[in-house]
Amino acid sequence: MSKLVTLTIDDKQVTVPEGTVIVDAAKKVGIDIPVFCYHPKMEPVGMCRMCLVDVGRPVIDRATGQPVLEPDGSPKVQFGPKLETACTTLVSEGMVVVGMSEKVKAGRKDVLEFLLTSHPLDCPVCDKGGECPLQNLTMGFGPGESRFLYDEKMHLAKHVPLGDLIFLDRERCIQCGRCVRFQSEVVDDPVIGFYNRGRKLEIRTYSDPGFDSYFSGNTSDICPVGALTTVDFRFGARPWEMRTTASICTHCAVGCNLAFNVRREAKAGGDIVIKRAMPRQNEQVNELWICDKGRFGYHFAESGGASPLERLAQPLVRRGGELQPASWDEALRLAAEGLHQAGRELLALVGGRLSNEDLFNIQALAQGLGGKIGLDTYMAGGDLVSQVGLGQGSNLGDLGQGSAILVVACDLEEEAPIWWLRLKRAVERGASLIVANPRPTKLERYAAHILRYGYGSEAATVAALLDAIDGKQNAANSGIKAAAEAITGLGNLVVVYGSEGLGLQGSQALAQACANLLIATGHFGQPNNGLLAVWPHANDQGAWEMGLRPLPDLPAALQAAKALYVAASDPLGDDPALAEALRALPFVVVQDLFLTETARLANVVLPALPFTERDGSFTSGERRVQRYYPAVLARPDARPDYAISGEICKRAGVEAEISSAAGVFARLAEKVPAYQGLNYRMLAQTAEQWPIVGRPDVYYGGTAYENTQGLGVQVKPGAQDGPPPARGALGAAPALPLQAGERLAVPVTRLYDHGSTIAHTGLLHARTPAPYVALHPGELPASDGAEVQLSLGGQVFTVTLRLDEALPAGVVLVPRSLGLPLRGPQAVELKVK
Amino acid sequence: MTDIKQYLLLRHRDIAGLDQLETYRQSGGFEAFQKAVTGMQPGQVTDVVKASGLRGRGGAGFPTGMKWSFIDNKNWPHYVVANADESEPGTFKDREIMTYNPFQFLEGLALCAYAVSAHEAYVYLRGEFWQVAAILDRCIAEMEAAGLLGDKLFGTDYSLRLHTHLGAGAYICGEETALLESMEGKLGQPRLRPPFPPSFGLYGKPTIVNNVETLTNLPLIIEKGAEWYRSYGTDRSPGVKIFSLSGCVNKPGNYELPLGTTFRELIYQHGGGLPEGRKIKSIMPAGASSSLIVATEEALDTAMDYESVPNVGAQLGSASVIVIDDSVNVAWLIHKTIEFFKHESCGKCTPCREGTYWMLHLTERIAGGHATSQDVELLHDVASQMKGKCFCALGEFSIEAVLSGIERFPQDFEHE
Repeated sequence: MSKLVTLTIDDKQVTVPEGTVIVDAAKKVGIDIPVFCYHPKMEPVGMCRMCLVDVGRPVIDRATGQPVLEPDGSPKVQFGPKLETACTTLVSEGMVVVGMSEKVKAGRKDVLEFLLTSHPLDCPVCDKGGECPLQNLTMGFGPGESRFLYDEKMHLAKHVPLGDLIFLDRERCIQCGRCVRFQSEVVDDPVIGFYNRGRKLEIRTYSDPGFDSYFSGNTSDICPVGALTTVDFRFGARPWEMRTTASICTHCAVGCNLAFNVRREAKAGGDIVIKRAMPRQNEQVNELWICDKGRFGYHFAESGGASPLERLAQPLVRRGGELQPASWDEALRLAAEGLHQAGRELLALVGGRLSNEDLFNIQALAQGLGGKIGLDTYMAGGDLVSQVGLGQGSNLGDLGQGSAILVVACDLEEEAPIWWLRLKRAVERGASLIVANPRPTKLERYAAHILRYGYGSEAATVAALLDAIDGKQNAANSGIKAAAEAITGLGNLVVVYGSEGLGLQGSQALAQACANLLIATGHFGQPNNGLLAVWPHANDQGAWEMGLRPLPDLPAALQAAKALYVAASDPLGDDPALAEALRALPFVVVQDLFLTETARLANVVLPALPFTERDGSFTSGERRVQRYYPAVLARPDARPDYAISGEICKRAGVEAEISSAAGVFARLAEKVPAYQGLNYRMLAQTAEQWPIVGRPDVYYGGTAYENTQGLGVQVKPGAQDGPPPARGALGAAPALPLQAGERLAVPVTRLYDHGSTIAHTGLLHARTPAPYVALHPGELPASDGAEVQLSLGGQVFTVTLRLDEALPAGVVLVPRSLGLPLRGPQAVELKVK
Repeated sequence: MTDIKQYLLLRHRDIAGLDQLETYRQSGGFEAFQKAVTGMQPGQVTDVVKASGLRGRGGAGFPTGMKWSFIDNKNWPHYVVANADESEPGTFKDREIMTYNPFQFLEGLALCAYAVSAHEAYVYLRGEFWQVAAILDRCIAEMEAAGLLGDKLFGTDYSLRLHTHLGAGAYICGEETALLESMEGKLGQPRLRPPFPPSFGLYGKPTIVNNVETLTNLPLIIEKGAEWYRSYGTDRSPGVKIFSLSGCVNKPGNYELPLGTTFRELIYQHGGGLPEGRKIKSIMPAGASSSLIVATEEALDTAMDYESVPNVGAQLGSASVIVIDDSVNVAWLIHKTIEFFKHESCGKCTPCREGTYWMLHLTERIAGGHATSQDVELLHDVASQMKGKCFCALGEFSIEAVLSGIERFPQDFEHE
């Protein structure tokens, strides 16, 4: 704990830690000192000069070192000749800050007048109008009229695409540099910068493609004017026309808190539509940021019409070999009959983007009928995360000096961008980061130790690290020894594992090795310690908590089943090789948003609601249970998954709660150990967060929303109060003998893939690659960009070749969800076309 | 008339061929450096410089030895950078030194490096000085060949290398932190201070940035001692200074004189006075960054040192004395200075970026004769609004001529 300093700001006394800047100290006692360039999440630069205040300091007698006193006994305070920038001036004991004197107000007026000389004042047509710091502060402090001749204004380009997603209006820009500093300081993608000088200073992008960053959208939130706007919102709506609802991003396991801005719109036939997705502050999850996939990737939810890419409009049943529209009653009856009939031979297959409530009811149905249920995923180990996951009270934002973080088998920026950003910050606060991966990733820029292993040696590498910590001599190489030393003796250890190069078997073994490391070193069951799985879906961990497990052999399970019930999963779309097994099934029910490949084979297709049209809860990778709320009205002929499953339950004679998501959650809180005692009201509770954002003070933290609808609850892992966990055996590594001409292919994750949620966001298509494989240049006599043929599981795919010298020899990298069905390491053949 | 028998800085005017290493060494060159490296502790060098009272010649007049003593000895390596960005309009002293007396400057740089235990030192030259850079590169190569640079100098463990670095022609890069940003390959914009370069400089390492002229003083100070140096100049402004004299004088040029010499002596005795029939009207003692001094008899008799010039409402700065005669209209003059500052403002802070742009529009109208009296008031307002609010000195200096011009020469802003 740093030393505390007491000072007076506008007659209010405030005590803050040493090293605080005046702006922040003022904010803590509700005093607003206007800023443009300063942002509480970035280093101060003091360049806009908006925050000038009068600063007095106690006069100290040089001889005695004691404060000089006024005749009335109060300390004598000396004010400087010039105003000082409150964003760069550190507080000191006894300081007196005057933020509202005539001198200070005149200073603000002066700076605003300067800013407005070059500003176009096009507020009536500006997207920022209504939530614009420049507009608000001008109303508060600015001059009433312009002394600058309009004809002498500079006229600059107003529609400059910095990239596919962000437009720049050069006239509106006030050169505060927040965007430039965000990109370099906060996310380490310095792809935009200042160009030229003086009044010609302008923001430019230096990357190809332009503004090439997964975090670009955040710059429009922190832009204090309407200079940076997002492609999907610009000229879309005025801030005051929109209402806000709280939601949770569904694209990965981070669980970023979102705010959807909605309004009723004539061109949508009077319907309420989403105008934009914004970050909602949760300092324990996403702080003030969201990635571009989360910001722009909600459009899948609003597709309509008849094309196969569009959302299902009504239930379908198979009549005479064709899927035809049917009533809900008929469809539910048919589904219930078919599934009931299969009984013990029913197989339910669910995806990790379903809510806890959905999963609970589907599980109830499968178990009630005596059937099986499997989680459709390629990543395992959630049972171990339930046991030794992050302790309750963990916050990646608290990791720093005294904490070690081990990241294994993970390209974190691609798999969970916000976690990448948060671990980067942890390292900047002093945390010691160890990155173990077969190839370099961006996270390694911040690693104190880099462990390079061959694909397939993930668990062995972690086990060797544990051996080294245990002081076993056989724990070979010096890199591992150094990493072991880095971990030893530190108070906190967080182990993060991903799915780089892994399938189910490999990731289960890796999770076990990670769990063993945590158990052996005692880093479990306490805050800021434990295991974190970088799941591909928003609620994979929720599924594991409920006892759902992946099917070790999906084709075999399909063959053994008589009826299949699929929700939020598309086995056929993921792997065309499953067609035969699926066609052989007597009865298939699919509930989904879209008419998926699997749905095309189904007997009954039930239209589900996306997360924007219903409520529910997800359990994040950090095991934080968070609620989301309906943003827009539900389409009339679709229903939430928990209600669909509940209705089938009812018709199949299985008891289930269908009244509301809250009702289902109340049930599941009774049954699922991790959620004991939880309810929806608790998930909706909030607490004071720092920095303060989202109030009328948009000038300070940007337009990220204040969290008023719930910070969620991080649940205790089994080991927190329960019996101490035991180490487990890793299991033998799967043997993968390669025949002549075969190569080892391993799956890797890319943020922008061809998954159904991205497929509907045309904005991101330019950033989504065509199917490709990547390998070391020495592996194949072909040039970068050549077309090659990949033989995989009996199928042949034509893909683009990417050569990358950073890759290890002897392996082919196959990105997931780009149309190449690779669920784990597999033998493939590669031929130059 | 002040009588300097020998030049201290412009020694090439006394000794022909001083830009040749052999000649320079024959004239005692590099003896100071050798003496320091072989016989003095780094701290002793700093102590001598402190005792000499040498003050920075770049314009701020900060005591050089004190600056050196601020270097953070807990953070390594240390760097030294010679500020050879000489961009102030009317300042042309460093170019003469570097062109004709380059070794004395480089020896001074080496002495400074030794004093702060730096093993790499740089000369940051404005982009237009590419010919000067070529001279320095040649000199550095000769010094290396002669064993005056490199490893284990004079048989000690001290090693030193010098490098030149050309900027891209921006006035702001003469500001020491913008200079460092530019050297790091970034946009030339000043940094927030503190931290100051002696604790956080080039690449975040402790760095001493000194002006070329300042460094050129060092070899003689080390060789002859602080007391000898103090025999020149005044008590609080010891030593000699090169005054770059320009404007409406008969003999413009560089004049090396003791600090404390009067304007009158510089202009009339050394500079040969004004052309026939002209009357002195004003003096800008620090180039374009200067207030306009009303050239009264009292002003002409003012001593040119760091303490006295403020008495007549200006600063000594880099001592680039521009003489203005009665043929010059002050409104036109400030239009010229604002044109310069608007062109050179880096754009980092609002008041300077917007203020210089706005002032240029106003001075254009005023100097062009199509302004109203409100425009003059507005110009004064805009300049006053910038005062005390700019991020660095560039903005603050840009208004000096404007405010003093309007206040001290109101008649030049009146319409016919």
